[in-house]
Amino acid sequence: MSKTTATGTPAERAEDPDLGAAGSQLSTAPKEELPGLPSLGVIGWARWFWRQLTSMRVALLLLLLLSLGAIPGSLIPQSGIDATKVADFRKSHTFLAPVYDKLGLFHVYSSVWFSAIYILLFVSLVGCIIPRTWQFVGQLRGRPPGAPKRLTRLPAYTTWRTDAEPEQVREAALALLKKRRFRAHLAGDAVAAEKGYLREVGNLAFHIALIVLLIAFAWGQLYKSEGNKLIVEGDGFSNTITQYDDFKSGNLFTTDDLVPFSFVLDKFTGTYETSGPNKGTPRTYQAALTYAKGAYGKDKTDLVKVNEPLHIGDAKVYLTAHGYAPVITVRDGKGNVVYRDAVPLLPLDSNVTSTGVVKVLDGYKNAKGVSEQIGISAFLLPTYTKGSETASTFPALNNPVLNLTPFHGDLGVDSGIPQSVYQLDKSHVKEYKDAKGQQLRDNLKPGQTMKLPNGAGSITYESTKEWANFQVVQQPGTTWALGGALVAIFGLAGSLFIQRRRVWVRAVRGADGVTVVEMAGLGRSESAKVPEELGDLAGILYDRTPGAPDPEDTDSEDSDPKDTDADSDAGSADQDDTTTPDPQVLPAEGAEK
Amino acid sequence: MTLAAGTELATATNEHLANISNTLIYSAMAVYTLAFFTYIAEWIFGSRSKIGRTAAALTPEAKAKAAKAPAVTVQTAGGTAVLERPKVVVRTSAGSRDVPDGPGAHGGDEQGDLYGRIAISLTVLAFLIHLGGVVARAASVERAPWGNMYEFNITFSTVAVAVYLTLLALKKNVRWLGLFLVTTVLLDLGIAVTVLYTASDQLVPALHSYWLYIHVSTAILCGAVFYVGAAGTLLYLFKDSYETKLENGGTPGRFATSFLERLPASSSLDKFSYRLNAAVFPLWTFTIIAGAIWAESAWGRYWGWDPKETWAFITWVAYACYLHARATAGWKGRKAAYLALIAFGCWLFNYYGVNIFVSGKHSYAGV
Repeated sequence: MSKTTATGTPAERAEDPDLGAAGSQLSTAPKEELPGLPSLGVIGWARWFWRQLTSMRVALLLLLLLSLGAIPGSLIPQSGIDATKVADFRKSHTFLAPVYDKLGLFHVYSSVWFSAIYILLFVSLVGCIIPRTWQFVGQLRGRPPGAPKRLTRLPAYTTWRTDAEPEQVREAALALLKKRRFRAHLAGDAVAAEKGYLREVGNLAFHIALIVLLIAFAWGQLYKSEGNKLIVEGDGFSNTITQYDDFKSGNLFTTDDLVPFSFVLDKFTGTYETSGPNKGTPRTYQAALTYAKGAYGKDKTDLVKVNEPLHIGDAKVYLTAHGYAPVITVRDGKGNVVYRDAVPLLPLDSNVTSTGVVKVLDGYKNAKGVSEQIGISAFLLPTYTKGSETASTFPALNNPVLNLTPFHGDLGVDSGIPQSVYQLDKSHVKEYKDAKGQQLRDNLKPGQTMKLPNGAGSITYESTKEWANFQVVQQPGTTWALGGALVAIFGLAGSLFIQRRRVWVRAVRGADGVTVVEMAGLGRSESAKVPEELGDLAGILYDRTPGAPDPEDTDSEDSDPKDTDADSDAGSADQDDTTTPDPQVLPAEGAEK
Repeated sequence: MTLAAGTELATATNEHLANISNTLIYSAMAVYTLAFFTYIAEWIFGSRSKIGRTAAALTPEAKAKAAKAPAVTVQTAGGTAVLERPKVVVRTSAGSRDVPDGPGAHGGDEQGDLYGRIAISLTVLAFLIHLGGVVARAASVERAPWGNMYEFNITFSTVAVAVYLTLLALKKNVRWLGLFLVTTVLLDLGIAVTVLYTASDQLVPALHSYWLYIHVSTAILCGAVFYVGAAGTLLYLFKDSYETKLENGGTPGRFATSFLERLPASSSLDKFSYRLNAAVFPLWTFTIIAGAIWAESAWGRYWGWDPKETWAFITWVAYACYLHARATAGWKGRKAAYLALIAFGCWLFNYYGVNIFVSGKHSYAGV
C-alpha cells in the first residue's frame, strides 16, 4: 500500500483493541484476506477459489477487465451492428481478419472471452451479495453493539459533568436518539444507537438490480426478433416471417412468438428545411398507418414518427427509412399494359438521388411476338436543377426527373440464383438502340412516355409514390430491464449518500458523586458529518442535563476525558481558521461492492 | 406569401441572434483571458510568502512532537457555537497523515489575495457573458443548444465554470482550482470556435425528442463535475508525492514547494474529488439509462453496443472501479486516483474520440 492518507476504515479501526465489537459490522463488506495458499485437497482448493472469486480485489480486476474488453468492440466493425463494414474490413485486411475471427473480435459482445468476464463478475457478485444479505438480516434482527470501554478512543468524542442522575441522562439520551430515528437501546451503563441502515439496503438493492438487469437483457437477446419491411404507400403488411425483407431473431425465438397484426401505409410525409445553410436537412418524417390487431381486429389509424414507434402488443413498429417509388407502366407493341407498379428506388445521398431497377418478367412480347423479359435501370432526381445532371439538389419532389435505360433479353431470374431486386444482371440482356445507333435512354417527367424502338412498346412514368421502411421489433424483458435500472439508480444513491454511524452515550457517577456523561460517534469513514451530528446531539442532551462545575482536584480517576480536553483547547487555535463543519450533505467515504 | 415573408424575417432574426452569440462567446474568451492573467498574478504574488505548513507538519521534529501529543483537533458543537456546550473532540485514525491545508494560491500574501479576488470577479463576469452566448445560441436555433459539438463544447464549459462558482458560493475550499479551470475553459472554447464551429442549424428528426433535454443535459453536467473531480485528483497525485517526499526526509524543488505548499492537503484533495465523483456517479448512471430509453424509442433497441453507448458503459465501469478501489485494501490512494483519471479519460474519449474517429449512430456531431 502506498503511503497516502488512508482514511481510517472500519477494518483498521476494528483492529483497535479498545473498540472491540463496537466497530465491527458497520459495513458488511467482505473481509480482505491475504491471498495465502490453501491446504491441500479438492475442497480446500475449491473453497480457496471461491473466496478469491468473491473477494473485492478479484471483483475489481474483473470490472477492469470488463471495461478493457469492451474497447475493441467499439473500434473494430461488429457483425451484429454493420455486417457490410465487417465485409469491407475482411477485404482490406487479409492478414488481420483471420486473427480477429479466431479471437471473436467481430462479435466481441457475444464472444466467449467477453461472456466469461461478465459471467465470472456476476458469479462473484452473487457470491458476495448472498452472505452480505444474511449478515445484514442478522444485524437487523440484533441490536447495535454496546459501548466500547474507552469512548475517548473513538473518532468523535465529547464529555461533560452534570447534576442529573445517570439513569436520568440515559433515559433522556435514549429518548433523544429514538426521536432522531436511531435504533437505540440501553446496554449496561450506556445507550447504544445506530442509524443509516438504508445505506446497506441501497447497496444490496443496487447489486441485485444489476443482476436483474443482466438477466432481463440476456432474456431479451434470446427471445428477440427484428425484421425489416419496405412498404410503398397504399401497400400493406401482415406480421409473418415470409413477408419480411430481412429477419433476425434470438436463439430461442420461435415463429409462434410473432404478435399477429397487419397494417397499411396510407401516406408518408417528409418535410425539409427550405433555406439557409442547412437547406435540405429533414425536419419531419411521419407515416400514417391503418393497423389491425390479430386476424380480425378493428382497423385503427396512427402516426409513426422517428422517435415515436407504434406499439402493438409486445411488438413495436419503427419508421427507419424512406424513399421514392416511381409508378411505371410498360406496354407491349400492341399497346397492352404488361406491367404497372410502383418501383421502390434506393436513396444514394441526402438529397435522395435514387437508383433501382424495373423488372418485367412475364407477359411481354416483342414486336415479333417473342416472349422477352425487360429490365430498366432507373435513376431518379427528386429535384432536378439544370447544371446538376447526376445528383438531386433537394430531397423533396419539387421537380422530379426519372432517367430510364431499358434492356431486353433474359434477366437471369429463372436461373435459381437469388438476385437483388435493386440490381440488374446484364450478362444476358441487350441494349435498345435509338435512331442514332446510341444506347437508348431518356429523361422523363411524371406523365411522360418513352417509346421503345421498332414498335417494341413504351414505358410511361406515371407518378411518384413514397415508400417507408419499417422495422418491427419484439424484445421481451424490457420492462424488467427498466425496473432494474431504476432500482439500481436509487440503490446507488442510497449507498453513496447515506452514512451509517453509531452513537454511544455513557452516564456514570464519578468518584465525587457527580454524574459524568460521555458521548462518542463512529462512522464508516471520517466524514465531517459524524462529529457534527454528535455535537448537535450533545448540545440537546446537554440542555436537558445541564452541566455541573468542574471538580477542584485534578487527580480524579476519570482522567482520560480531562486530558483530551486540555489538548483540545490547545488544538482549537490552529483548527478554527481551516476547518468549518461542512453543512452540505455529502456522500460518505468509500463505496462498497 | 406572408408565410414565406414571415419565415424569412424569422431566419434573419435567427442569424442576427447567432451573430450576437458568437460575439458574446469571443468576449467571454477575452474576459477569461484577463482572468487567466490575474490568476497568474495571484500565484506569483503568493510565491512571496514563505508559509510551509505541509513541510512544517512533516519534518522529523514535527513528527516527533506529534508523536508525543495525540493528534487531536476540535470542532465546535453544531453550527451555533454556544460557549457552555460541550466540545466535540475529533480524533484522526492511526496511519493517516495529519497535514493542514495550504492557504490557497495567494499564499497569505495580501496583494496576491486581492488579485485572486479580482480573478474570481472576472471569472464571474466571463461566466455571465459566456452564459449569454449560450442562451443567444439557443434562441437562434430555437432549441436546446446541444445539437452539435460546437454547441456541446460551449455549454460544457459554461457548466464546468458554474460548478466551480457554485462550490465557491457554498464556501467550499476550491479557490485553488481557478487557474486550472480557466485555462481549460479557454482551451475548450478555443477548440470550439476554431475547429468545431458550426453555423446555427436545426436538428435532424432523430433528435426531436424531449429525451434530448434530459439525456444531453445530464451528460453535460456529469462531464463538468467529473472534470472538476479529475482536476482535484491530478493535483492530489502531485501533492501526495510531495508529501511523501517530505515525510521521507527529501527536499522537493523550489518551484514544487512554492506551488504545492499552497494547495490543500493531499487528503483534502482526495476527499474533494471523491465526493464530486461519487455525488455525480448516480447521475451518470441515470444519463446512460435515459439514453437507453431514448434509443429504445428511436432505434428500436435500448442497448446495441453503438460506440457511444459502449464508451458510456466503459466510463461507467471505470468510475465503478474507482469507487470500489477506494474501499479495497491495496488500491486506496494513488492507485484509485489513477483509476479516476483513466475514467475521466474514457469520458473525454467518449466525447471527442468517438465523435471524431469512430462512426456510429451518434454521428450528428457536425465535425
